[in-house]
Amino acid sequence: MASNSEIRFLTPLSIDTGKQKKYCRFKKLGIQYIDYKDGDFLMKFLNEQGKILPRRITGTSLKFQRKVAQSVKRARHVAVLPYVTDLMK
Amino acid sequence: MLRNYETVFILNPVLSDEQTKEAVSKFSDHLTSNGAEIVASESWGLKKLAYPIQKKKSGFYFLVEFKGEATLTSTLEVILKRDERVMRFLTVALDKDAMAYAAKRRDKLNKSKATK
Repeated sequence: MASNSEIRFLTPLSIDTGKQKKYCRFKKLGIQYIDYKDGDFLMKFLNEQGKILPRRITGTSLKFQRKVAQSVKRARHVAVLPYVTDLMK
Repeated sequence: MLRNYETVFILNPVLSDEQTKEAVSKFSDHLTSNGAEIVASESWGLKKLAYPIQKKKSGFYFLVEFKGEATLTSTLEVILKRDERVMRFLTVALDKDAMAYAAKRRDKLNKSKATK
């Protein structure tokens, strides 16, 4: 009987359980061209090992995901970004 | 047909200042003598590479934006490839969004230079 330790609140707690909607940052900010020379910016679309993140994680639209991929590959060629690393950030 | 292009090349870091200048002028001369108009050129100086190229960890970056014939890029790339001082190069055709971005970037650079 004493083990009945269930906590009950008089008013329901306002915990936000809904996930934040992902959005395409290029569409939102109106960015048209993704520069391959800007390594710091492209870093947002890479994981620790320097791989391109899928758009299901970043929320980028397909149109811009293709451009991101193209820019990252160009940046790798001119040694602005590494092809392979560990612990990039 | 005239188009806008952008070329980035990385020169060997062991070269002296004069040698780098000479190499840069060689490429820009090739462009201008073949009827291209150099829109902008930018020297990034000695920059650390993300990975070693030819066992070197840094390189002298140089960027040229030019307007010219499509056949010019292939001859420029041949020259860049043959030159031993060039470690890496990349030529990109600029579309209208890229042109707008490049102009904006140039303005920003000029402004930051002016305030210095």
